[in-house]
Amino acid sequence: MWPFLFKRLLHLIPLLLGVSLLTFLLMALSPGDYYTALSQNPQISPETLAHLKARFHLGEPWYVQYFYWLKNILHGDFGYSMAYKIPASSLIFERLGNTFLLSFSALILAWGVAIPLGIWAAVKKDSWADRACSLVAFVGLSVPDVLLSLLALWFAAATGWFPVGGAQSPIYDLLSPAQQFWDRAHHLLLPALVLAAADMAGIMRQTRSNLLDTLRAEYVTAARARGLGEGWVIYRHALRNAINPLLTIFGYSLAALLSGAFIVENIMAWPGLGRLTLEAFFAKDSYLVVDSVVLATALLVAGNFIADLLLAWSDPRIRLK
Amino acid sequence: MPLLEIKNLKMDFGAGAAALRAVDGVSLTIGAGETVCLVGESGCGKSVTALSVAQLVPSPPAHYVGGEILLNGRDTIKMSRAELQQIRGGVVSYVFQDPGASLNPVFRIGSQIMESLKLHRPEKAQDAEVIRLLKLVGIPAPESRLRNYPFEMSGGMQQRVMIAMALASEPRLLVADEPTTALDVTIQAQILDLLRELKQRLGMAILLITHNLGIVGDMADRVAVMYAGQIVELAPARELLLRPLHPYTRALIQSVPKLAGGARRLSAIPGNVPRIGHFPPGCRFAPRCPIARPACAEKIPELIEVEPGRWVRCPFGS
Repeated sequence: MWPFLFKRLLHLIPLLLGVSLLTFLLMALSPGDYYTALSQNPQISPETLAHLKARFHLGEPWYVQYFYWLKNILHGDFGYSMAYKIPASSLIFERLGNTFLLSFSALILAWGVAIPLGIWAAVKKDSWADRACSLVAFVGLSVPDVLLSLLALWFAAATGWFPVGGAQSPIYDLLSPAQQFWDRAHHLLLPALVLAAADMAGIMRQTRSNLLDTLRAEYVTAARARGLGEGWVIYRHALRNAINPLLTIFGYSLAALLSGAFIVENIMAWPGLGRLTLEAFFAKDSYLVVDSVVLATALLVAGNFIADLLLAWSDPRIRLK
Repeated sequence: MPLLEIKNLKMDFGAGAAALRAVDGVSLTIGAGETVCLVGESGCGKSVTALSVAQLVPSPPAHYVGGEILLNGRDTIKMSRAELQQIRGGVVSYVFQDPGASLNPVFRIGSQIMESLKLHRPEKAQDAEVIRLLKLVGIPAPESRLRNYPFEMSGGMQQRVMIAMALASEPRLLVADEPTTALDVTIQAQILDLLRELKQRLGMAILLITHNLGIVGDMADRVAVMYAGQIVELAPARELLLRPLHPYTRALIQSVPKLAGGARRLSAIPGNVPRIGHFPPGCRFAPRCPIARPACAEKIPELIEVEPGRWVRCPFGS
């Protein structure tokens, strides 16, 4: 197990290097940069410009900037946000918290609803319940995140039942802890639902088809032939095997939620990492962009890694290799 | 009262106009401690008949349209789900063709055997009993095997585990559905030896499903030959092998390769097994039969007892 873990971590290094290098390159190739914008602003004194240039290596070729960035990262310094005038790390970690909150709420919602529904649909195959689930899943899979986000926004605005955008009320700091909790949940519900919707449909269909496959397996007939009850046969023998392919999907799902959160965050004005990245990109806030992209990549890899670990834990045949 | 008495069993796949008759009037009895072989080509209904004993064919699509399956005098077709769970693994245990697929891949073999013990003999549900069972089926160093997963064992060992699991409840009848088909020839002989030995030691009856006539002579007291959903010949094993009466049985025996047979060409049976739902009218073997007469295509011949204990579904066979 440990050599496997170590190997995966080693793989991460060239991957992150490549991603950060590409991001720097793309930022450099896109027209305009933060330094040029500043230098053309008559309100900024030449002294300030010179100071900024010396401190952050502005105006230098991108590869030089890249190596300074890399050196700083290795010393635990994530660079400085030009637009916000504060260290990038404090910005990123605050936004990362929001993205995690949104993604994991959506994850729990999606899996918590999809798995029981998928099991139900498989056990009651071809019943009205199965058909209804299929129909809802079909709709869920067909409607893109973007449209669903807009619909949710319209719904929030039209009914006034939910806040339009944001993660907390302006008066958040004045509320009691219980009120703060409800305020957060109130803001979270719609974005989390939108983010969970598409995933839910996919996971439900997958659960259903996996369980139908394992219910046809010979070991299920053999378990019935030993006199085991139908509930035991389904939930222990069949479901235990149907889980394995789902764990792989779980890894992708982790990764997809983070990138899916990007769209939902931007449309529904959720102050998360995705929105920060986009804003930083428009502001040419290069360190912030690279930091966020590298972090998102690391999270994606971590998602797949967690899925691998879960799969090894669940399936003894994989443990051996 | 025989242990198992199948009376004129008729089973369809599907219902109404789309119904396909898979088992058509099969009657078979097995006495306590007896070994009966059910022989036939794939798709002749032998496995479905065997699975029907404990109602293991999913329904739908299966529909029992006639007959009875009396196990210890009680009809399993009419049993409730709770009663069926009692007899499954209790009175009748099953061993299937592919042990690799019949053992659940994600559970240790010890816990799978324990599951059967807890269900049918809870007072004996201890590791010691699991070890005793593994020893009984000839698994070396059973103590260290308890915590093995199925994929860590060879096919022969897996089949021994399946048999141990079947024996956990001390069944009166063991149904073995092609238990050696998926195994190497040398392992096949070991598993058959084991079954024969266990039968003598434990006094249980065996219903052995096979398409391999070589096994029949070794194992069976009596043999039923099935063709297209019907029994065409039923006889004591020795007599059937030495003097087959039905032309299909004869053809089957002639198509078995013999080691001492020299370079003789094997006689294959011409034509194909008719598919379910496309059975010919009259005798179902008539289109492939070397001695068929025009009359054969008109009416299905009756299964007639031509000598004591010898039943044949062909008026011209003897």
